[in-house]
Amino acid sequence: MTLWLVLAVNSITFGGLLFLLSAGFSLIFGLMRIPNLTHGSLFMLGAYFGATFIGGYLALHFDFWIAALLAALLVAAFGAVVERLLLRQLPGQPLAQVLVTLGISFMAADFCLLVWGGDPINVATPAHLAGFVRAGPAVFPLYRLAVIVIAMVIALALWLLLDRTRLGAMIRAGVDDPDMARVVGIRVSQLFTIVFALGSGLAAFAGIIGAPILSVYPGLDQDMLPLALVVVILGGSGSLLGSFVGSIIVGFIYNFGQALFPELAYFVLFMPMLLVLLLRPQGLFGRFVP
Amino acid sequence: MSVKVTRRKFMAATAAGAALAAVKFPAPAIAQNAPFKLGLLTVKTGPLAQGGIQMEQGIVTFLKEKNYTFAGRKVEFISADTGGNPAGTKTKAQELIERDKVDTIVGPLAAFELLAITDYIAQQKTPLLSLAAAEDMTQRRPNPYFLRASATSSQAMHPMADYAAKELKLKRMITISEDFAFGYEQMGGFQQTFEDNGGKILKKLWPPIVTPDYAPYLAQIADCDGVCQGFAGSNPLRFLKQYAAAGLKFPVVTGETGGDDALLRSFGDEAVGLYSACPYTLDLNTESNKRFVAAMNKDYGVDPGFYCAGLYVNGMVVEAGLQKTGGKSDDKTALMAAMKSVALTDTPRGPIKFDHLGNVIGEIFIRRVEKAGNKYINKTLKTYHNVSQFWTYDEKKFLEQPVYSRNYPPLKS
Amino acid sequence: MTPLRLIALAIAALALATLPYWMSGIYYVNVASQILFFAVFALGLNVLAGYGGLVSLGHAALFGISAYATGYILQAGFGHPVAIIGALVVGVASMALYAVLSLRSTGIGFIMITLALGEILWGLAYRWISVTNGDNGINLHGRPAPFGIELTTATAFYYTTLVVFALAVVMVAIFVRSPLGAALKGTRDQPRRMNALGYHVWAIRFWACLFSGLLTSLSGILFVYYTQFISPQTLALTSSAEVLLMVISGGAGTLLGPIVGAGLVVIVKSVVSGFLERWNFLLGAIFVAIVILMPEGLVPGTARLWRLAWRRARGGGAPS
Repeated sequence: MTLWLVLAVNSITFGGLLFLLSAGFSLIFGLMRIPNLTHGSLFMLGAYFGATFIGGYLALHFDFWIAALLAALLVAAFGAVVERLLLRQLPGQPLAQVLVTLGISFMAADFCLLVWGGDPINVATPAHLAGFVRAGPAVFPLYRLAVIVIAMVIALALWLLLDRTRLGAMIRAGVDDPDMARVVGIRVSQLFTIVFALGSGLAAFAGIIGAPILSVYPGLDQDMLPLALVVVILGGSGSLLGSFVGSIIVGFIYNFGQALFPELAYFVLFMPMLLVLLLRPQGLFGRFVP
Repeated sequence: MSVKVTRRKFMAATAAGAALAAVKFPAPAIAQNAPFKLGLLTVKTGPLAQGGIQMEQGIVTFLKEKNYTFAGRKVEFISADTGGNPAGTKTKAQELIERDKVDTIVGPLAAFELLAITDYIAQQKTPLLSLAAAEDMTQRRPNPYFLRASATSSQAMHPMADYAAKELKLKRMITISEDFAFGYEQMGGFQQTFEDNGGKILKKLWPPIVTPDYAPYLAQIADCDGVCQGFAGSNPLRFLKQYAAAGLKFPVVTGETGGDDALLRSFGDEAVGLYSACPYTLDLNTESNKRFVAAMNKDYGVDPGFYCAGLYVNGMVVEAGLQKTGGKSDDKTALMAAMKSVALTDTPRGPIKFDHLGNVIGEIFIRRVEKAGNKYINKTLKTYHNVSQFWTYDEKKFLEQPVYSRNYPPLKS
Repeated sequence: MTPLRLIALAIAALALATLPYWMSGIYYVNVASQILFFAVFALGLNVLAGYGGLVSLGHAALFGISAYATGYILQAGFGHPVAIIGALVVGVASMALYAVLSLRSTGIGFIMITLALGEILWGLAYRWISVTNGDNGINLHGRPAPFGIELTTATAFYYTTLVVFALAVVMVAIFVRSPLGAALKGTRDQPRRMNALGYHVWAIRFWACLFSGLLTSLSGILFVYYTQFISPQTLALTSSAEVLLMVISGGAGTLLGPIVGAGLVVIVKSVVSGFLERWNFLLGAIFVAIVILMPEGLVPGTARLWRLAWRRARGGGAPS
């Protein structure tokens, strides 16, 4: 009984982290139809930068949340530059997009190794969130519960952005029909830069928020990218609700799948992904078929 | 942290010439005055880079201490980055042997890298000293050109189990380790000795190598009196953090990688109380270790761990072997025999010698992580002497049982 | 073919045929062998990604399957001919299954399905220990000796690889100029029109997949005989990404492109990594530079820049 409860709560909290990771990917993929294979690297860069701002590497000791915001802004700026200089030249050329996003991820991974070395970096849980919540024999780390709260806040903020602002309306128009959007006078290319920057910033924010749980280490990018892909495929492309629900579902599959079917732990995420792609390619709430 | 190696300019010049000229130059080598070429197979890119960088630091520290001279001969050191995959390891091994004509190779890092080149090494009769813990390399499929001065996967786990059962008085433990050969072999060794001493393993958990969140496994750790983990690389840090965050308080024991001294600088309070068994321990009071640690602190500003010390000791073995052959390295088989017969008393890991299969017989240290001021240290609690890869088991019987795997030894129901 | 191209081809053929004699050292002959069988792999992927517009991010899994099949059959005690034929059969059959599953989608959906399939097969390589021996891998002992010629030396193996490579190039050249090849390019550019014209788009793609599977299996077999070892790392996502990068950086949809791309990646990984510690960064930077300067790939891009320079040298004016 305790086991089910603990697994269920872990599923939701892990889902929260996955939402932060994949929201950006889903936005970028939804609007620009670009599978951003740099996404894992952006997550990792956010984690490394955030750890640096917190940990006093450059004689800087920022508060955890400020560090997270700074890291997100820094990587968002980087994302904007990448979009303007590189991706903008390649609309509708998936091969070149794959080449450039993978090329950047190689460079980012080696850059992190050069600057921060091979040792893992321990990011301490923010002091006011370092406790436990107990429910009988079950123990839940406070920070993980905080992560789901953060995910919900971000989800709400993104929903308000998409649903209640002009920018959001333009983004939704661009997702549904980019050509018509252009015809109606929407500056789609500017939108692309904004969305790519937003997506990158979200990934970086996820990286540092996840750091007290995952730590920061070389290879973090390759570990997290497949998870983002699974969430977006399951939940549906270009849909915020899809990302959120997809993240929770993946959280459940990850936790219950590995606990109940340990022999299949390697396949527990990719089998459902394959099934969804074969049977319902647009995912649960997707607005289009990838 | 890139290490500038002096040979790089030399290699750049040679290779530039080779690439442009593409013409064979017959080069007669005057054997005695030709430098002794030592190659290193390591990983400097990708997720395995942590251990790989430390390996290079260890061997370079030894070379510097000896002023790049072994037994009166100048040593030329060539470092090769395998990229952490078996095909790359094969390519780099070929580069070292066929292009650079090395006399001995130290490395590679991972077991699967070693297995990719074991036949090739034997064919080329090039002595190889590696940290890779794959058991059968010195057990059921021994390679006569392979020497291991560190430990097999289970070599440190046998004494750990002994300590856990006898000193910590643990009786019902759960094991958790990555789902690959190194994990199986560590946990298998632990289980065998633990159960021989009256203990019982309740559950064996095997998270896949890529598991960002251990929560589904941590949720299954309950109703026991201890946990044995065998994580490697940067995973021990993540595991311990998540373990502590999940409110688990059972004592944790681990092997050489799970409590590595090099991770002490990354650990936090969650690691305090971790018991580990390792062939190397930072606070060992031998002359060579004091020199070694001081040099590492000076050159790299870090404390060495298992990977650094392992390569440093490999360097010592190579040097001692070369002393025995009088500096001659033309006859690789003789050099190999000389290295295998090396017995040293003053090394950073204490006295060592090799068994007839090429694996080390040495000391295993039981340590516990403690906080000293605002640093974390591994305090050595007990030393097991003369530990071989077979522990106290009869060699013949041990080799007759299958290699430790996911299901061997089987769980007692 | 223009006389210039014919001469260039003749020179290249001559250089390749005599390579062991002018290349300094066995090591570089081995690098050349690697470039050649990775080129065969890249040519195989190019059939799908370049000519068919179907980007597969799981191709390394198929490469690995034929390598594992070779190792497994040899370990079971059979000889090399059985192993090679068996591996080809298993490889192409796996490709057929792979195609049936992935061809339900196109575009990004195809990429995602192939990625998922690749990851599943990679996991299978780790867990199906009775067949694959897990991450300890399978060691091979020795190479085949066709017609009594031992292939254990680097030079002998190089010539074998060269023969297979030449065969592969010829096969792809014939394929591209064949009706099936033209139809495949049609389905890449205008799938709906092709459908309307009565072409069975799915079947065309399926046969292209089988052809790709054949080339991929050939390269997998050469790979496993070269390294004498196979383990799950070969099926990882990074390996699939690497071969895809070879195709794209060289020039997808061209004959020479994948070959140049294979050369680029192998040389940076194996040779440049000896002098430059940050070779991974360099490789990424090269890819980004290619996208900026010649997004269509090195080969078409160089050809375009060459024509531009030639035209300028001739004094500008009307395009040739």
